[in-house]
Amino acid sequence: MTVDTRYTRADFQSGQEVKWCPGCGDYTILASVQNFLATLDVDREKHVFISGIGCSSRFPYYMNTYGMHSIHGRAPAIATGVALANPELNVWVITGDGDGLSIGGNHLIHALRRNVNLKILLFNNQIYGLTKGQYSPTSETGKRTKTSPMGSLDYPFNPVSLALGAEATFVARTIDMDRDHTAQMLQAAYEHHGTAFIEIYQNCNVFNDKAFQLLTGRKERDENRIFLEDGKPILFGPNNEMGVVVGIDGAKIVKVEDVGIEAIQIHDSSRPSPGVAFALSRLSHGPHGPTPLGIFRKIQRDTYGDLMVSQIKAAQERNKANSISDLVQQHGTWTVE
Amino acid sequence: MQEETLSPPKPPEKKDRVVIRFAGDSGDGMQLAGSRFTESSAAFGNDLATFPDYPAEIRAPQGTLAGVSSFQVHIADWDILTHGDEADVLVAMNPAALKSNIRDVVAGGLILANEDAFDTRNLEKAGYESNPLTDGSLSSYHVMTAPMEKLTKLAVADTGVKGRSVLRSKNFFALGLISWMFNRPTAPIFEWIDKKFGTDTPVGQANLEAFRAGFNFGNTTEEFHHTYEILPAKLPPGTYTNITGNQALAWGLVAAAKSAGLTLFLGSYPITPATSILEEIARLKHFGVKTFQAEDEIAGVGVSLGAAFAGHLAVTTTSGPGVALKSETMSLALMTELPLILVDVQRAGPSTGLPTKVEQADLMIALYGRHGEAPLPVLAPSSPSDAFAIAMDAARIALRYMTPVILLSDGYLANGAEPWRIPDFDDLPPISITHATEPNGPEGVFYPYARDEVTGARPWAIPGTPGLEHRVGGLEKEALTGNVSYDPDNHEMMTAARAAKIAGIANDIPEVEVYGPDDAELLVVSWGSTFGSVRAGVNNANADGYRVAHVHLRYLNPFPRNLEDVLAGYRKVLVPEMNRGQLSAVLRAKYLTPTVTLSKVQGAPFMANEISKKIVELLEDQS
Repeated sequence: MTVDTRYTRADFQSGQEVKWCPGCGDYTILASVQNFLATLDVDREKHVFISGIGCSSRFPYYMNTYGMHSIHGRAPAIATGVALANPELNVWVITGDGDGLSIGGNHLIHALRRNVNLKILLFNNQIYGLTKGQYSPTSETGKRTKTSPMGSLDYPFNPVSLALGAEATFVARTIDMDRDHTAQMLQAAYEHHGTAFIEIYQNCNVFNDKAFQLLTGRKERDENRIFLEDGKPILFGPNNEMGVVVGIDGAKIVKVEDVGIEAIQIHDSSRPSPGVAFALSRLSHGPHGPTPLGIFRKIQRDTYGDLMVSQIKAAQERNKANSISDLVQQHGTWTVE
Repeated sequence: MQEETLSPPKPPEKKDRVVIRFAGDSGDGMQLAGSRFTESSAAFGNDLATFPDYPAEIRAPQGTLAGVSSFQVHIADWDILTHGDEADVLVAMNPAALKSNIRDVVAGGLILANEDAFDTRNLEKAGYESNPLTDGSLSSYHVMTAPMEKLTKLAVADTGVKGRSVLRSKNFFALGLISWMFNRPTAPIFEWIDKKFGTDTPVGQANLEAFRAGFNFGNTTEEFHHTYEILPAKLPPGTYTNITGNQALAWGLVAAAKSAGLTLFLGSYPITPATSILEEIARLKHFGVKTFQAEDEIAGVGVSLGAAFAGHLAVTTTSGPGVALKSETMSLALMTELPLILVDVQRAGPSTGLPTKVEQADLMIALYGRHGEAPLPVLAPSSPSDAFAIAMDAARIALRYMTPVILLSDGYLANGAEPWRIPDFDDLPPISITHATEPNGPEGVFYPYARDEVTGARPWAIPGTPGLEHRVGGLEKEALTGNVSYDPDNHEMMTAARAAKIAGIANDIPEVEVYGPDDAELLVVSWGSTFGSVRAGVNNANADGYRVAHVHLRYLNPFPRNLEDVLAGYRKVLVPEMNRGQLSAVLRAKYLTPTVTLSKVQGAPFMANEISKKIVELLEDQS
């Protein structure tokens, strides 16, 4: 990563008092994003942050860039309009598990399939925080909250599986506490031309504390973080003694010594089919065991915006009659003397 | 093409106007026959107005009343206002078409029926116990019949069309016969067939032959002894084109964007009867316009709001159900004070209602259908061609005042056509906009919510502009800085500022003009597509010796600044509306005007005589 000295983190701080609860994972993500943008050789005014509603969606107010705090669930649609209006902009969508997967699920999957040039950061804390603790579409079945006193009946979404199902061209997962990994994912998403989707596990220390303990706890994390790195066998564990194999039944966790290192899946995020990436995404979400982090999928496909621009260009080359009088006379006219 | 062989030998009878309705099964091509007849009448120079009326079902069961589709066209040698109350001529392609349209045919009118379709099965489907063409029940009309299917089959025999396609051309037979009867020029039809199908294709050949067969059938059959001529209308000098409301609206939006030097962005989701605006603008990519067919109504307005934030002239088009879905985003557009045009092509509701039929019952949702204190400008075109001007003005207001605007069209003028005298664009004032490029506060600070002293608009600084980075959003904004503010006084002040900005638009729109005698005893107030019928009804009443004035509103919020004074000058105010009295209620609430409502919610436009009848009733009532 080249470091441009033009900006520091402070250049991306809006000066507004940040009002998340003390200890919220959102602070860490905000710092990661501000630090990351300061490393880029990109004019500050070229960044636009569009969010929906929820704790995470307050994010744009704290960024000294262009931004819009919009409506619950609609950020991908509004951001699509921004991106199509001006392809020069870097358009970031900030959303959460409630905003992006519940009320806004439709817009999310359509943005992903269209491959609009957006960077979507979905902060997943598996709870509704802003409304003070109701289960979300990523909460585990049986979760007891104020609206599910006997346990939630909902089967949860796996955001990475969902994005892959929508054939997103870039899908990654990271975790708030791991700033280096978050920075790597932001860099890769930034470099991707098309829709990039990053699920960020984010701890809500007030309403759903320690939801990601398996991945963040000092004792647990080494046994449960599976880092996906292109060209490398998918190994994990304190001494890389565990690995992942992928077969007809999907992905499976094995002891390396049981299968031999040759049998371990070599990660390749550029596979045209999302099948293997989907299999990896099914290993764990929740997380309830060893969980993959990193880039599941990164492929190139024409973006909606590029295709839109080229259609307009082609139309303009074919038909130069574009004055207002051409417009109103296209069906033929007659003259009354 | 030997046109001379098609010219009728008998001298035509001159008429100053005629109303013709083509009616048939929804698969019979009546919309096509009607619109082709309209185009050749336009090319001939008649004034005209049309009313296409079709079922909501794509293919209702053939031959049933539910499946009847019709197209009415009024042509005249003078300047007309409506598509005509009653039809002088009804082309009935089957019994169902006859049954569902006969009540709109003038006594003594001509019924031209496709006798081949009047068999036992079709008569039964339409609910006839005996054949109306022969049982004497139509004795108060002039009935003519032609074996249209048999003759179409014969005419297309050598063209290569086969099977079920053969009878598809029977609408061209009917069109040929009517074109002969009304002395229409045939060249525009031939040209259109050639352009659409190619005259060297079997379908093109078949349509051409069927048309000629129909034309010649009129020419050579004894029964059809009569032709009519409607001379070109004496319209004001100028260049004319024939235009529907949705086309005019689409063109007005494109023209507005061009005038303002902005890119037009249309985010939309298909919905009857608004879809053809999206289709029309999608076709105009060479004008640099961007269209986006969204995943739903909410996304349609969402992408447009995003495009507005980024500096485009943004529009979303829909009908009633979509207006409800877009409501939350309109409130955000209002809060973020961004220019955005919502076009509502109204249809009969509530819910899915009568999706292909007209109503103007969305006035209340346009005026008040948002949460919070959320006033927006609301405009409504008065005729198909007026949609061009109103679209341009909606854009002007949206851009000048940095506000969403609602444009209320409706299904009647969306699909109806009329000749439009093309304005001289050099005479139109350009829509001028400026994007903010410099800080407007002390020490290089940018205030996104500073207001223009005249308009109350905030600056439009678009992403990508250095030094003006700012955040907008749905939370209440602090005056000037635009920072989130929960301060009670600030909220009250900002609520008032937003309202004052919209109210102030009254100073920037024309005053209403009162039409009719100075000493009128009654004022009729209308809005939207009812203009033509209401004006014609008022004219009829005045011709009968009553004294009636008419005010037609194109601006529903804010109202023109002289409206209150005008209303105060009349003891009786009649408000005809295709709803249950929505404008009436607003006028009563705002001005305490004792209005009388004339309501019609039948999915059909007013007839002029319904208006004049009510006027007479009110004026004869001495209470």
